[in-house]
Amino acid sequence: MKINFLFRNILIVLALVALTNCTNSGAEQQSAGTDAAAPAAAGQSAVQDDMSQKDVVKVAVGSPDHTTLVTAVKAAALVDVLSNAGPFTVFAPTNAAFDKLPAGTVTDLLKPDKKEVLQDILQYHVAVAVYKTDMLQDGQVINMANGGNVTIGVKDGKYTVNGANIVASVPASNGLVHVIDAVLLPK
Amino acid sequence: MKIRHLFLFIAGVLALPAMLLTSGCKPKNIGSAVEGDAAQKVYVAPGKYDEFYNIVSGGFNGQVSVYGIPSGRLLRIIPVFSQFAENGWGYSEETKPMLNTSHGFVPWDDSHHIALSTTNGEHDGRWAFVNGNNTPRIARINLKTFRTEEIIEIPNSSGNHSSPFLTENTEYAVAGTRFSYPMDDDDSNPDVAINTYKQNFKGTVSFIGINPENGEMKVSFQVLLPGVNFDLSRGGRGPSRDWFFFSCYNTEQANTLLEVNASQKDKDFIMALNWKKCEEYVKAGKGKKSKVRYAHNVYSDKTHTGTSTIETETVVLDPKELKDIVYFMPCPKSPHGCDVDPTGEYICGSGKLAAVIPVFSFTKIQKAIADKNFEGTFDDIPVLKYDAVLHGEVKKPGLGPLHTEFDGKGFAYTSFFVSSEIVKWNIEKLEVVDRVPTYYSIGHLCVPGGPTRKPHGKYVIAYNKITKDRYLPTGPELTQSAQLYDISGDKMKLLLDFPTTGEPHYAEAIPASLITPGSVRFFKIEENQHPYAAKGEKEAKVFREGNKVHINMTSIRSHFNPDNIEGIKLGDEVYFHVTNLEQDWDVPHGFAVKGANNAEILIMPGETCTLKWTPDRVGVFPIYCTDFCSALHQEMQGYVRVSPRGSGTPLTFSMGNKAEPTGAVK
Repeated sequence: MKINFLFRNILIVLALVALTNCTNSGAEQQSAGTDAAAPAAAGQSAVQDDMSQKDVVKVAVGSPDHTTLVTAVKAAALVDVLSNAGPFTVFAPTNAAFDKLPAGTVTDLLKPDKKEVLQDILQYHVAVAVYKTDMLQDGQVINMANGGNVTIGVKDGKYTVNGANIVASVPASNGLVHVIDAVLLPK
Repeated sequence: MKIRHLFLFIAGVLALPAMLLTSGCKPKNIGSAVEGDAAQKVYVAPGKYDEFYNIVSGGFNGQVSVYGIPSGRLLRIIPVFSQFAENGWGYSEETKPMLNTSHGFVPWDDSHHIALSTTNGEHDGRWAFVNGNNTPRIARINLKTFRTEEIIEIPNSSGNHSSPFLTENTEYAVAGTRFSYPMDDDDSNPDVAINTYKQNFKGTVSFIGINPENGEMKVSFQVLLPGVNFDLSRGGRGPSRDWFFFSCYNTEQANTLLEVNASQKDKDFIMALNWKKCEEYVKAGKGKKSKVRYAHNVYSDKTHTGTSTIETETVVLDPKELKDIVYFMPCPKSPHGCDVDPTGEYICGSGKLAAVIPVFSFTKIQKAIADKNFEGTFDDIPVLKYDAVLHGEVKKPGLGPLHTEFDGKGFAYTSFFVSSEIVKWNIEKLEVVDRVPTYYSIGHLCVPGGPTRKPHGKYVIAYNKITKDRYLPTGPELTQSAQLYDISGDKMKLLLDFPTTGEPHYAEAIPASLITPGSVRFFKIEENQHPYAAKGEKEAKVFREGNKVHINMTSIRSHFNPDNIEGIKLGDEVYFHVTNLEQDWDVPHGFAVKGANNAEILIMPGETCTLKWTPDRVGVFPIYCTDFCSALHQEMQGYVRVSPRGSGTPLTFSMGNKAEPTGAVK
């Protein structure tokens, strides 16, 4: 984490120098600041594109309430996966949702030897389909990328997934992000 | 790793002012993913040939393209279902019948899967089959000429996706309906409400018999099935050679928003079908004759002409009456790929939304059928118990498994669309042994000989959708690509990334040694039976039949004969029948006329091709050769004079410096 942070800062400082020397930077120069972390994960997710609609990863990256989720997605090497064509529905727990987990849980999950556990948990937050709230029904079961199922609740116009509240929904280029207030744990 | 990246990056940045261009500007994963000697492994020096032909479907371009492996060089685009103005396929009078269907002339399609002919389950290098997904068709390409020789329409079908996969000895190619649709007792497509899917919609799978001598196809029989989506299929081999396996999704039988509604069930099906038994029932007269209309188009290398025939009958088998021909096996989450390993014992179903790859055992399937170990029925068809037919599951292999190929050494290679990777796993032990990222969104993959009893191995080729991280932008749409990986060692190694024409779906690769010895170099002029052939310059002539003017013309380096034609009148239809007199390899001639509303044509040595031209105005119009043929290619030209309607200009033709027009006018 620290290294990643350091890396980002150094990148921002060096970005201008670097980009003026890159033949392929052209019009993307002004975007270097926002996407400065991307080259570390180079690949599809590192494509510089501030014109197209944001994908689910970029939606999360752009949200100050989802820094823990973004860190976890990076640690689980799911950045390129979620930059894919999709379509995805991502149930995105907020930082506060992660904070509700027992102390030390997140730190533990970010350890390299817990990568598979973390992947399983994060993939339990992703469905390969677009489920807009108007298509959700009370009691609906949705299969998630890790193979598990979640259950949707609809009551008085409010939507839940495994009891977590859907507090906002953000459309993305490759799907949809439903912001939730609790972390979903695979059963 | 992070620290190493950081230092590398800083070093790169610091070096930039001096070096101007450094690896610091390139995506690091590509640089580090490719081994240092990769370029050498794919370089094919002048004087040498590639080791394999890679025969690749073109998806939305409706064609097939051929690449050399390992170089990735594009060798040829073979026009199949779509008109190809470049050489006149589907525009010339001879090839227009090839695109005829019961819907009339359908000059395009969506070609998805290649199947190379096999004998005893091994590549024999005779034919390549490819499906037309949209207006259901199967085409056969002759691998001696790399030209489309036959196209057959599939009756009682909609969306021919699970096709044209073959039985072990190329007895049959199959065709299954992706789109089930309403069929009534006459097997016609009645006018019913779409939301009566469950009651009225049916699927079929068709078996297209293939003549072992000349490859000619016929619709041998069809099996009537419940309304679901048949997706992909594979013939059994070895012990399972009498069976065919089809993946089925939308067993929810949804007719709208399949994105959600066809993903409700935990398990859909792989369908196991005993085609040998079907064959016996057909012979025993147990099928029902069904009135249909479908086109059957055959191209002859002797007349250089395609002929289209409309057929009107097929035989349909109903598994509700014939209880032992079809069984369903539960398979997790909308299975896409359905692949049989080289031994014929294992069938891998890739549920594209599943978190496992189930591997079914043919031995267990046979036992479960014998023991009637059913968990129930689906539309009266027995459903075998999952656990009873399962060899085992590969757990957490990746996200979005699609297709599996085999190396013949006990390993399977599965493509994962969502996690963009190829995963190598041990079939017997069901253990993942290696994984490589693909860049990005891999669909199909190909190991040379991967779907045969004896894979040639050596490489796996990924066919990818997204290239925006590494191909130069070309506006809103970027090229699709293929990636070549070396699989000769324990670990897969990326060697090469090459662009593809159209969108590659399935492909096969075959050793060049099985094809090149039989490759046709030219058509023998004395065997040309085209009715308008001029088999020598003396046979060149122009004659009138009412308002039709036929020009039997020759081409040879570097002139047409005749090259001056007069007496054509407005309102005439002109047919340029051009015979290429060359008897030499790789010397096509082209033919073009100003204002042609159709195309140019390319004529192979010894062949005759016809371009129809209806002049729209009076004047003198140039004709010329469009295929660079010699140092005097630019001299290979002529004129056609068009006079007004009712004009007295006599019909004459000539070639050479003669003061008077030559040639009698008929």
